[in-house]
Amino acid sequence: MKLTKAQYDEIAQFLGHVQPTRQSLRKLKEKFPSQSQSTLLSIFSQEYQKQIKRTHAKHHTAEAVESYYQRYLNGVMKNATAPVLLELANEVDFAPSLMARIVLERFLQEQEQAIPSKTLINSMLRDPSQIPDGVLANQIYQCTVNDCCYGPLVDCIKHAIGHEHEVLLREMLLEKNLSFIAEDQLRAKGYDKTPDFILEVPVAVEGHIIHWIESKASFGDESSHQAYLQDQFWSYWNRFGPGLVIYWYGFIEELDCHRERGILLKDCFPTDIVTLRHSMAQR
Amino acid sequence: MKQNVHAIIFMLLRRKLLPVCAASTEQKTLFLKDFVPFLLNFLREQTSQILTNGPSTPAKTPNSKAHRSQRTGPERRASLGSFLAAAPEALPARRGRRKGSSSVSASGRQVVRDLGRSLAEEEDGKNESASWSGGRRKRSEVPLVAARSPPSQLNLNNLEEFPPMGTASGWTNKSKPSRRINPTPVSAERPLSKPKMCFTSTPVSQSPAARFSAGSSSEAFTTVQEGSPTSVISSSLQEEREMLKKERCKLLHQTSSPAGISPDPGTPTKPTYTRSASLPSESHLVTCADPAKVSCKKQLECLAQLYSSCIAENLVPNIFLEVFFVLQLLTSKGTSASEEEESDLEVSEGCKDVSRRQHFRSVHNCVYFAVQVLDYQYEIISHLEKGTLKFLAENERIATFSPTLHERLKQAYESSTAKVSLLLPCSVQSVSFQPETDNRSNFPSDRAFHIFKKQRDIFYELLREWEDNHEKPGWDFERVLGSKIRAMMAHLSATCNHSHFARLFQKQLTQMCKDPIGGGASWGDTPDQDVLNMLGPDNLSRLKRLQERFVVPQSIRGPCPPPSFPGCQQFFRDFILSAGSYQFNQHLVDSLCLKILELDGLTLVEHEHSDGETDMDEQDEKKRFTVVLLSLRLLAKFLGFLVFLPYRTVEQPTRDLQDTAVALRNQTLPVLDILKLLRRSIRNQRSVLTIPWIVEFLSLVDHIAPFLDYYRKVFCLLLLMVLSEDKEMSFLNKLLILAVLGWLFQVPSVPEELFFATDVRQEGLDSVPLVDQQLLYTCCPYLGELRKLLASFVAGSGVKNGGFIRKITPTAAESLAPKTSITQRKLQVELEQAFFHNQPPSLRRTVEFVAERVGSNCVKHIKATLVAELVQRAEVMLQDKVKEEDANHDKLLEEVCAHLYDEGAQALIKASYHLLPAKVLSSAEDIAVELATEKACGWLSANIAALIKREVKATFNRMLKVPGLPLPNEDAVELRRDCSPGCLHHAPFPSQIINEIKDVLCIAVGPRDEGEVIDPGWLECLLGRLSQTLRCRKFMCPTSEQQLAKCTVELASLLGKSVMKNCLRLKCVVNVLLNPWLQRLSYLEPVIFGSLGATESVGFFLVKFGWLFLFPCTFSGGY
Repeated sequence: MKLTKAQYDEIAQFLGHVQPTRQSLRKLKEKFPSQSQSTLLSIFSQEYQKQIKRTHAKHHTAEAVESYYQRYLNGVMKNATAPVLLELANEVDFAPSLMARIVLERFLQEQEQAIPSKTLINSMLRDPSQIPDGVLANQIYQCTVNDCCYGPLVDCIKHAIGHEHEVLLREMLLEKNLSFIAEDQLRAKGYDKTPDFILEVPVAVEGHIIHWIESKASFGDESSHQAYLQDQFWSYWNRFGPGLVIYWYGFIEELDCHRERGILLKDCFPTDIVTLRHSMAQR
Repeated sequence: MKQNVHAIIFMLLRRKLLPVCAASTEQKTLFLKDFVPFLLNFLREQTSQILTNGPSTPAKTPNSKAHRSQRTGPERRASLGSFLAAAPEALPARRGRRKGSSSVSASGRQVVRDLGRSLAEEEDGKNESASWSGGRRKRSEVPLVAARSPPSQLNLNNLEEFPPMGTASGWTNKSKPSRRINPTPVSAERPLSKPKMCFTSTPVSQSPAARFSAGSSSEAFTTVQEGSPTSVISSSLQEEREMLKKERCKLLHQTSSPAGISPDPGTPTKPTYTRSASLPSESHLVTCADPAKVSCKKQLECLAQLYSSCIAENLVPNIFLEVFFVLQLLTSKGTSASEEEESDLEVSEGCKDVSRRQHFRSVHNCVYFAVQVLDYQYEIISHLEKGTLKFLAENERIATFSPTLHERLKQAYESSTAKVSLLLPCSVQSVSFQPETDNRSNFPSDRAFHIFKKQRDIFYELLREWEDNHEKPGWDFERVLGSKIRAMMAHLSATCNHSHFARLFQKQLTQMCKDPIGGGASWGDTPDQDVLNMLGPDNLSRLKRLQERFVVPQSIRGPCPPPSFPGCQQFFRDFILSAGSYQFNQHLVDSLCLKILELDGLTLVEHEHSDGETDMDEQDEKKRFTVVLLSLRLLAKFLGFLVFLPYRTVEQPTRDLQDTAVALRNQTLPVLDILKLLRRSIRNQRSVLTIPWIVEFLSLVDHIAPFLDYYRKVFCLLLLMVLSEDKEMSFLNKLLILAVLGWLFQVPSVPEELFFATDVRQEGLDSVPLVDQQLLYTCCPYLGELRKLLASFVAGSGVKNGGFIRKITPTAAESLAPKTSITQRKLQVELEQAFFHNQPPSLRRTVEFVAERVGSNCVKHIKATLVAELVQRAEVMLQDKVKEEDANHDKLLEEVCAHLYDEGAQALIKASYHLLPAKVLSSAEDIAVELATEKACGWLSANIAALIKREVKATFNRMLKVPGLPLPNEDAVELRRDCSPGCLHHAPFPSQIINEIKDVLCIAVGPRDEGEVIDPGWLECLLGRLSQTLRCRKFMCPTSEQQLAKCTVELASLLGKSVMKNCLRLKCVVNVLLNPWLQRLSYLEPVIFGSLGATESVGFFLVKFGWLFLFPCTFSGGY
């Protein structure tokens, strides 16, 4: 679903300072009933991440970490079953999963007298049963489950969505009888940058030649699109020529401005496809 | 009469020469070669006042002898006197010259040869060598029009070893050559028309920022007019100026017409009239040229003949410069003042004051002269492109002055097929990534590979930035991109990636600039309607450009623009300059040399069409030739740029500096042995390919290089090419060579003396007609100036119109229906090109090879069967008809042929399906497949073991890298791939299920909202869908599956807690929940259910489940 910049701004403004909870999500759906749920969730997630990026640093100062940890300890001392950590996160406007991470890090540091490895922390966040403290494990689990923008569960959902759309796209390509090379094959050949699919025989979509297709199971807003352009799309262009990006959850219409140059945006699999006809058949 | 002409010419000569040197009076000793520069300058000066259209065309001619040739043949020894004496007789002979495609100069030279002889007979009998040496002695003392000193002595003394192909010659250079300063130099209003502007004068010492501050046009080369006075030359320049002043005064007094054109005699360098895009206010109206008002016809005829011989003989440095000049005369817009002068001139003719005579003071005279010359140069003219011919054919002046020429031009126009169209500007395309050259194995280390990956992206980022912004005012290449480029270059140096980057750079250069105009239409043809259609409706920028053409008056820049880097070439040039990297330049030079050698050595013409199957091949050959030639020119230009870059100076070095530099640089070997290549190409008759790119290379020489032994030899050899005659050579091939060489000799850093220092020798040149007008104009876009000039005349005449407005013929808008088909066709063409883009080059070569072979076989087949049959039938038909009537045979033949053409065409359509016998094709296909299979199998059987091992090892390594994900066993791999039979893949997506379970988990874990409960019915439904999802493998990936398992168990454990406390229904749900997993892992059942009841804390439960349950589940890859 394509949104105009104005439509997008309206949504983004509404999302100003909301907490990443299912309650907020429900409100958002009520406010913009015409937009699809996945689009809204994607925008919500992106906006929230932007907000977190802006404030990330202030939650990681030594004082902040210390105060969060103390508040957590005090909280669970009073009532171990209360959602202490989750409420703390909501109170200071920080993602619950990230708050969980801060506290866990601090906890492990105290226990082991050393800075714990990232791998260990990630592993514990993924599976709180590994956390030696049962209360903390419960608190952390509550945070990660209730966070709808960060955390292992959300990451996994995103990954699954991405994979599913790649499969969908592959199906569509097969259905249209377009021959392609997929990312893993490209990597095996030693390509340094690999889009999801390279078309072995290029086609024209809406009058523009494309050589590759990249599937993005997210909404294309300005910042994510810029980042993708920089890291991926232009790199693909630099190696394989013009191509198509499908933002399955829509994008801001105004971003589709590189068509002439060779980066085409769509929010679905294109219908207007012209293939290279066999010249004999042409005549 | 003869005497009369004689007298006039010598009067002219004397008027010119005497003021400077009284000693030079002996006419006989003036030889043609001294005479040519003089003649050219004389004509320029004579016409300087009447020519207000277009830029000045100062021929780069030295006014003195720059050389002597000791051994030139008699045909070159003709003196002016002899020429004049013999001229009238020679005229008829010249009329018939150059029929067919013989060489330009063949018969012209004959004329001169005849003239030379007649001189010996008529004049006072001195033998030639005597008069030659006498002339030299005298003339060498003459500073003549006292131009500035020569840049240095043209030290050609040791040319005895040269030319290498048999002729030996010796040159001495004792006199000072002077560059003729045009009496009306370019005004500041027309910076682009300065013919002497050249980037070779870029001050190398300047900071890069300053260098680029001049903007992005070709003027960024910080052009310095070469004629600008320096301490060395100022005195002689001053002298010349003084002289010009005097001349002007003289003219003014003579005409004594206050209303006449009155250039300020005191400031000859700043004429009161301008010749720029805006015409002088007083010349709104174009004088109607009238043959009846021509004065001194005989003299003009004589001059025209003399001049034409020089052109025909290639004695002028640049024939197209002369043609341009003649067209300027033809289109000169006289004023009413010159009209009045007319009577004065008529009167003054009576007084016989010939020395003061101005033959070109009236438009009528100019036009008369121009038409005469055009008549002589008909062959060259008739080879110009169709648009120019149209203007010529429609020129009313030609029509009134020479109806016969008009008629011939009309015919030439009508029969011309030489339609030159703008090529479609190519859009920026990237160089495709080819694993063979670009993957990791081509780099010494991972780091180098990774850095090159970044470099490629940065390079294109820069390119895009340039593309978007370089036309914006105030955008400065060095300021914006300079530091980014240098940062990238630093990375290159660190990782020794130069050769990779140089290759990318060179490939991108070729790809972007293969459009010869480089993006900007420099000579501006209105594009064809098809081209416009092709562009499509969405192409607003091009439409805008077109729109600009309507409103922006066109400037005429003259036929000798300095070397420049138009369009995208600019980016590459500026990149090199900004990068300022010695290593990079060296690698780029290597890369360019290699490519040039490769292209120059390509076999372009298959000499096998003796049986006449040329038609098809010829087109292909031309196309290939064009592509190769254009690429070569582009690469050579950049090579020249790089090679001479370190030596570039703003100003011409002083004589001393030059000697030192020459001595120093004579010791180094050239990067690319162009002399060898040039010689070889001449020997192999491939000069039509080689000379154009060598010219591009040489056009970028610095001031010193032409004086180096090596390059002097190259230049001399090139000169020989100009003067050589070769009847074998295709006319347009020769014309291309002449045009590019003529242009080269006008390049500022090429010393002007070079041209008049040559010798004759014969050399074979290519006979295959490879060049057509399209290519000629593509290589020499400045030829378009001829057309512009003519067009501006049409636009300017009749209307009160000051500027050179481009004429645009409005065309009716086309209906949309055909347009779409054109777009479709265009799209198909683009798709085809795109298809090859990412394929390895070998594929394209293979396809082309197959197409060529099959096509050629087809032609053979058609000729053997269809054509033979048709001819037989024609024979019968003809026999019948010849008996019937004694009619016109030609007509008869035409009729029969026309009849047969239709049939042939019909048959061809059918034939094209049958001609390629299906059997042959399929057999060939089968054989190809078989061979390929065999080959592949052979390789596989030899290497399969190693290959599998390698691949498996790689896979293994990848697996080991993923933490916690153990190796799937063979079974699991199988299971993972396949759904249950008959699966429609309609199950909910895993992501959807995870998301829903997450929602339930949220409620289960809390905190809950008011009244929020888990509805067992809904939960059941969710679990039902979960089991569907787990059964369909299509959209499942390991992470999803793992997560599903994990969160299902988590849910079970959370609900399990409630089971104990709440209802039985939920217990069932838990069972259902775990069922999908338990089916596969039934052996674990007791453990699970045992722990379910006993567990108090979620944490503990998770420990148990995570360890005992989750793990095996993911090990086996699901249920």
